[in-house]
Amino acid sequence: MRYEAPTSINAAVKLLGGKGLAKVLGGGTDLLVQMKTDRIAPDLLVDVKRIPGMRDIAAKGGGFRIGAAVSGAELGEHKALKKAWPGVVEAANLIGSHQIQGRATIVGNLCNASPAADSVPALVAAGAIAVVAGPKGKRNVAVEKVGTAPGKTSLKKGEIVEAVLLPKRPPKSGDAYLRFIPRTEMDIAVVGVGVNLTLDAKGVCTAARVSLGAVAAQVLLVPEAAKALIGTKVDAAALDKLAAVCSAACRPIDDKRGTKEFRIKVAGVLARRAAAIALKRAKGK
Amino acid sequence: MPLDPNLDPASHKFNVVGTRPVRPDGIDKVTGRAKFGADAVAPGMLHGAILRSPHAHARIKSIDVSKAAKLPGVKAIVTRDDFKEREPSLRDILWNVMARDKVFYDGHAVAAVAATSASIARKALKLIKVDYQVLPHVTDVDEAMKPGAPLLHDDMITAGVDPAPKKSSNVAYRHEFGRGDVEQGFKQADVIVERRFKTEATHQGYIEPHACLANVGPDGQGELWVCTQGHYMIRNTCAALLGMNVAKLRVTPSEIGGGFGGKTTVFIEPVALALSRKANRPVKLVMSREEVFRATGPTAASSMDIKIGVRKDGRITAAQADIRFTGGPFVGSLVDMGAMSAFAAYDLENSKAVGHDVVSNRPKLAAYRAPSAPMVAFGVESVLDELARKIGMDPIDFRLKNAAKEGTQSSYGPKYNRIGLIECLEAAKRHPNYTAPLGPNQGRGMAAGFWFNFGGQTAVSLNVHIDGTVALTVGTVDIGGSRASMCQIAAEELGVSYEVVRTVTADTSSLGYNDITEGSRTTFSTGMATIEAARDCIGKLCGRAAKIWGIPPEAVVWEKGYAKPAGANAGNFEPLSLADIAKQAATTGGPIAGHSEINAEGAGVSFAVHLCDAEVDKETGRALVKRYTVIQDAGKAIHPSYVEGQYQGGAAQGIGWAINEGYIYGKDGRLQNPGFLDYRVPVCSDLPMIDTVIVEVPNPGHPYGVRGVGETSIVPPLAAVANAISAAAGVRLTEIPMSPPVVLKAIESNGRAK
Amino acid sequence: MSQVRVSTTVNGDAVEYLCDADETLLDVLRDRLGLTGAKEGCGTGDCGACSVTVDGRLVCSCLVLGAEAEGRKIGTVEGIAQGDKLHPLQKKFLEHAALQCGICTPGFLVAAKALLDHNPNPTETEIRFGLAGNLCRCTGYDKIVRAVQAAAAEMRKG
Repeated sequence: MRYEAPTSINAAVKLLGGKGLAKVLGGGTDLLVQMKTDRIAPDLLVDVKRIPGMRDIAAKGGGFRIGAAVSGAELGEHKALKKAWPGVVEAANLIGSHQIQGRATIVGNLCNASPAADSVPALVAAGAIAVVAGPKGKRNVAVEKVGTAPGKTSLKKGEIVEAVLLPKRPPKSGDAYLRFIPRTEMDIAVVGVGVNLTLDAKGVCTAARVSLGAVAAQVLLVPEAAKALIGTKVDAAALDKLAAVCSAACRPIDDKRGTKEFRIKVAGVLARRAAAIALKRAKGK
Repeated sequence: MPLDPNLDPASHKFNVVGTRPVRPDGIDKVTGRAKFGADAVAPGMLHGAILRSPHAHARIKSIDVSKAAKLPGVKAIVTRDDFKEREPSLRDILWNVMARDKVFYDGHAVAAVAATSASIARKALKLIKVDYQVLPHVTDVDEAMKPGAPLLHDDMITAGVDPAPKKSSNVAYRHEFGRGDVEQGFKQADVIVERRFKTEATHQGYIEPHACLANVGPDGQGELWVCTQGHYMIRNTCAALLGMNVAKLRVTPSEIGGGFGGKTTVFIEPVALALSRKANRPVKLVMSREEVFRATGPTAASSMDIKIGVRKDGRITAAQADIRFTGGPFVGSLVDMGAMSAFAAYDLENSKAVGHDVVSNRPKLAAYRAPSAPMVAFGVESVLDELARKIGMDPIDFRLKNAAKEGTQSSYGPKYNRIGLIECLEAAKRHPNYTAPLGPNQGRGMAAGFWFNFGGQTAVSLNVHIDGTVALTVGTVDIGGSRASMCQIAAEELGVSYEVVRTVTADTSSLGYNDITEGSRTTFSTGMATIEAARDCIGKLCGRAAKIWGIPPEAVVWEKGYAKPAGANAGNFEPLSLADIAKQAATTGGPIAGHSEINAEGAGVSFAVHLCDAEVDKETGRALVKRYTVIQDAGKAIHPSYVEGQYQGGAAQGIGWAINEGYIYGKDGRLQNPGFLDYRVPVCSDLPMIDTVIVEVPNPGHPYGVRGVGETSIVPPLAAVANAISAAAGVRLTEIPMSPPVVLKAIESNGRAK
Repeated sequence: MSQVRVSTTVNGDAVEYLCDADETLLDVLRDRLGLTGAKEGCGTGDCGACSVTVDGRLVCSCLVLGAEAEGRKIGTVEGIAQGDKLHPLQKKFLEHAALQCGICTPGFLVAAKALLDHNPNPTETEIRFGLAGNLCRCTGYDKIVRAVQAAAAEMRKG
């Protein structure tokens, strides 16, 4: 196996497009585990951390551009990002321990394409865009279109996500991410819910995005759940409807982390709770 | 060695015992210098790796190592053909170390290689071809007992049953303990509760995987560096399995990164020695975390029916348990200890505990801290909790009404000496944790627990150096801070300060046989031997002083670290210190040392009472422990910080076991969670501070009254936590672990039932 | 397997080594540099026994490649004491009996130091969540948290 640390995105793209299995090395917290447990045997690792811009968080177009090698810990230390997108940052900061946070990236989380990825439902709810660089140039992809199946993405050979864009935040907006784990830390999400909503001056919800994780083969964007909130003041009745819609949208499995019934029930419970937090944040509390 | 008649531990003023000095191995452990099992290297060292079965149950038709042997860098390969069946009493251990005819569990060792690098060793494993005939498997204890269940051993006839069954089954043994007449007893009861409980297997979860470095030469002499709780056991067992002369194998214990009973047997050590012998080079073998979960010794999984009857006034009239344990493919699930411990805390006229030892396709169990007792206490203390509620009696008062005390005939046989259960119950009742107000969705539970504690073979040597400092050499591995305690005991006896003594755990060539560090025996046994060796040494020191002074030895006394004339009649001599006497050792008879080689008897049983406050999120079933208190009888705490440490550690393991830990088997019989991600031990944020109360009711069998403390602390938590969660959730939990899906299901079923 | 040549700094000392491309920083520290303080408890980032810092950032060295250390500053438990002067965390761990078997102690010391360097006055909850990536099986964490609190108090006194 070879290790390369290119210093430009074009060099990285070229390396990834070469013969054999080439994998991107960002934080390495999924990749190294998969290599050690013999699930993957790359011929080449392309370390992207030395490419300028990959470790930067920049204000862009009223929103943010987050480089692909930015660690969860760095996200958590960025005051402006936390203020605008507390749900995205808290989701990213839930991944593993402080040690994992020192390395793990949201782009790696996205491209690893686990249905239980913590940052992805928050990114989907935020309407985040992945900036993909490849042999044919750059293109933008909505994050919910990156993961296609467990462990599989829509990226072609030689393509790499070089950054994630978060849009400009309308006033009176708030997002939140909640996950269910049996302990208080360190577990993979049994259910994850990301809610992002915007209120008008009267406190009525004018826009919303709701995303569910760990309850289907991919992270789900649930338009019907958004509809349950839009036009309401996100009151008890709206939250009940939201919970019911989210439970109904689940297509979960029984596995060592949870049963179908458990995931279906808890998806509704968490949706209600996440929406309440997003509402509070939108109201400026 | 009984309680010193001149010493009342309650009022005696100890000088060093009972204080909290810094442990002697401390600096090494906070600087990274301490050497654990995987930290040793040797010149020319090879790396070992073990090939393991991917099937839960299969016959091995053939093993072809030819391709692996040709891989450059491979220096030795061993299979079942390299291990002769020499010793019938070690048959099960041998079969577990390396599969012979069949593999019995996912992870069972089948072959091993030694190569010049770890990656070559791993590559070589992939080149070994094993032809398996896959067989049906069974992992659940009740399923394994059903007629028609897949049979592990064609010749297994249940022992302990008369007349013996004609057909083979998976039931290795039936045990029964008890006294009186439970049928009559139940007739006298006003209220009876009968419940079925199930617990899944758990693992000790020590952070250090098994590791060793073996070095065997063609002359049959060998060295083994290994993390273990019993290096003498390792030596004797490995020598027997490999046909080596016991005296020629020297085993040195490394610092050990946790054992809790899981490192009281052999797994990889005979394999490493066999590889080293074949290659004539040192071989380092380290288990991966996955191997530790799949192929070392978890606890048994259990299923039990507990039935207890009480009168309205709170007296138990009858107690009955039918307990089914499975601890892997061989006899020895320790269900007998479970049956014996079931009602040990109570004064009962009528009790009956039956234990069924069932084999199944799981790894061969090893001890885990009071092995068998936590599961059975879960069942018994849950039923007692329910009974107390039914008759409207405070749970602690209910235990007090039935508590065993000095003179009680225990349910498992012996009559109790002085014990501290009542003192623990009374301390629990007084503790703020018992009366503090509870918040919303919170519930409080308590439970009592018991453990036997053990003595055992122990050898100790105490040498006085020329500068008057003391070298204490012990043969028990230090797993919890015992070196500090031994220094304290030796210093106390000799009348010197703690800093004067250094305690070292020696290798097997340096001392006589020492039993494993298990059974909560170290402070008790090695402490007792240290006292004896110190007193032996004092006798010799006095003899030397007598020689120096020219007076009879009976005329010399030892006081506060000095030899002194016994009285004015003995003569007017200045007191002699250890250094004074040691400086003259050469001219007064040679090196000065005290010895002890004993089979320590008189270990006192210990009792504990735990209090738990739990909070349940009723919408998700998630339970959190918000407050926890351990009250346990230590007899006499030599080093209170390390006694507290044992209380807190056992409680934390019990809490993990109660809520989230458990082996998860797939339909294919393979272990699904062989890692710390999905085998969920408590993390720092899961637990509150764990308060401790050290009760001291002296053990009449020990000079200072010491009782073992390491194990009892894991016995009450499953029940204490279950009683707290049941109170908070409003429904009785009977399945462990009480993970969120289990609790949520119980809450929802209860809601529907209402 | 091609080997990578790495120049890095470990505990303030310049270090050079050759390692395999897939060799972890943990393997390099233990097997090539003789720094066996960091332990392998799981190999998959779930136990924290291998904790080190990379450019001041707390990480699991079992999930970092030896090759990635190029040009970075690595901090291990062996670098926490200053000569024969123990760090307050080391002193308090000993005074408070915050270790029994000691296998998790190097990882806890590195993680606790990173925590206190970042947040000198943490609450009990912040300490517990900050150390959630370090498993201890012996102590139940009680004395570890108390030791960290005591060390933090001493460090704040200056």
